[in-house]
Amino acid sequence: METYTLIVLLLAATIRVATPLLLAALGGMFSERAGVIDLGLEGKMLGAAFASAAVAAVTGSAWAGLGAGILVSVALALLIGFAGITHRGNQVVAAMAVNIMVAGLGPSLALAWFGLGGQTPQLNAPSQRFLEITWPWAEQARATPAPGLLYAELLSGHSLLVYFAAALVPAAAWVLHGTRFGLRLRAVGENPAAVDTAGLSVNGLRYQAVLISGVLCGVAGTYLSTAASAGFVRDMTAGKGYLALAALIFGKWRPYPTLGACLLFAFTDALAARLQGVALPVVGVIPVQFILALPYVLTVLLLAGFVGKAVAPKAIGVPYAKED
Amino acid sequence: MKQLPAVFLPWLAALVALPALLPAARAKDFSPAIVYDFGGKFDRSFNQSASVGAERFKQDTGIAFREFEITNAAQREQVMTQLARRGATVIVAVGFTQASAVEDVARRFPDVAFTIIDGSVDLPNVQSVNFREQESSFLCGMLAALASKTGKVGFVGGMDIPLIRKFALGYRAGARYVRPDIEIFENMTGTTPAAWGDPTKGAELARSQFGRGADVIFHAAGATGLGVMQAAADEGKFSIGCDSNQNYLHSGSVLTSAVKRVDVAVYKAFLDAKNGAWHAGPRFLGLAEDGVDWALDEYNRKLVTPGMEQRVNQARADIISGKLPVPEYKTP
Repeated sequence: METYTLIVLLLAATIRVATPLLLAALGGMFSERAGVIDLGLEGKMLGAAFASAAVAAVTGSAWAGLGAGILVSVALALLIGFAGITHRGNQVVAAMAVNIMVAGLGPSLALAWFGLGGQTPQLNAPSQRFLEITWPWAEQARATPAPGLLYAELLSGHSLLVYFAAALVPAAAWVLHGTRFGLRLRAVGENPAAVDTAGLSVNGLRYQAVLISGVLCGVAGTYLSTAASAGFVRDMTAGKGYLALAALIFGKWRPYPTLGACLLFAFTDALAARLQGVALPVVGVIPVQFILALPYVLTVLLLAGFVGKAVAPKAIGVPYAKED
Repeated sequence: MKQLPAVFLPWLAALVALPALLPAARAKDFSPAIVYDFGGKFDRSFNQSASVGAERFKQDTGIAFREFEITNAAQREQVMTQLARRGATVIVAVGFTQASAVEDVARRFPDVAFTIIDGSVDLPNVQSVNFREQESSFLCGMLAALASKTGKVGFVGGMDIPLIRKFALGYRAGARYVRPDIEIFENMTGTTPAAWGDPTKGAELARSQFGRGADVIFHAAGATGLGVMQAAADEGKFSIGCDSNQNYLHSGSVLTSAVKRVDVAVYKAFLDAKNGAWHAGPRFLGLAEDGVDWALDEYNRKLVTPGMEQRVNQARADIISGKLPVPEYKTP
């Protein structure tokens, strides 16, 4: 029974850790399927994390924070788009510039506004955060072990943003593969010239894709600072944007495999947190250093051995120039 | 480069002579400086405590101090060199990670006084201040065991270093002292300095320990600990703060704090240096020297019953008198 509880708790943690990765990875999927490399996930998330925490702290409303987070993230996405789409600059360089800028700008603004050394104030009031939602009868269900605990821990007891991320996967799959917009988006990423010939605006579609990515990264950043923790601290994304990008490639730029990749990364991370100091059968207690390296080792192994060939959208990273 | 063309020689000579011509560090004005570690001076924990001490010195004496927050490892040596070159009289380096930089810079500036906190550097112009964290951790371990209903308590450390193991060891000993059969979970956040500033990970580790049944968690993890305390408050469990008195952060959920008077150490280093009473060499601050303690104030008054308070204070007295030995972590 003990083991069962542990596994359920592990899975619940996996869901929490996977949420920001998933949101960012799905955002990146739209952008990259339209042919725009989305290395700016990290910066957009971090910017949103800062903006949402700052606005939530000042206004006392998590929803206002979410709005601000999305706004900032979209603005950054447009900035990258302006350089990489309109002016046909190098998308990687533009995105990295934004990442570096945000890493410095967030703490600097926080220092100037709040005087707390690059952090925002702690969000203590419940209205300032997206707290966990407990579903009806979750506490009672906990008493009945097998299905009850699953219900109480896995379905119930997550932030609203977690449910949003979960609902987003089928929605994204439908948009990308079931709608005309999705078809055009994918076409722009594979063969922009054909889309242009058909009389559609390549850059217009790419901007729409980048906008979607901006919105989703905004939600991801808001999740980090107002749901997973309570306030912004320096570099709080801690490489999650890059990890999301890796998950996207691992998932071959498709929604469901990307979900799987995000869950796997999150699972290894949650597992690492729990394996520390636990005596395992046969091997005994594994050194902390090894446990902490586990997610990365596993990622390398999986990417090297099991994923097969990941084929990127053909026109990715190539700015489109109309032939004169 | 076999032979330098003769035309360069005067330039080379000038270049060598130039530093000597510049005004040497003016030693007559007293100019204290402090270099914070990763986590920043507003981590509400270790560095903040140091900053409080420096601010108090400024308030009491009216002497301004220079300060710097490290954001990457390469800055340490540069910053200290800069401070020493610009005439700092005493430089306080906060945190064990500064030891190698202090050693290097102190060797080059033998006239500048250096105080390192949480580290030891054996040089004639370096004062090494270390705390007996195991003693306050022991008391916190006792409180945790006394407050726990499940018989399971947790510990979340920041970076996996001997200093944090020292906290863990004292905590474990204290908890076992009260309840020999108690179960203790221990997690470290990471093995790099980034482990001091990752509240999301801290919250996740805390939740994993709560999930296994713990109901009190002690953190020694700088800003990462903020996540631990947040998770405890969210789940209606107890946390124990570290370094600064963190009882006020989540009143009613923070059982106590293992206070480490870094502020006193910084204040004293500045003041002694000003009055000429500063001495190089190692200093150890424990319960007896008021260097460490457990915190009881209006924010956690309701959580600590008179019985608990009495037992902890008894142990405190016994540790000071030497009757109750606290195990010390030895680097393997």
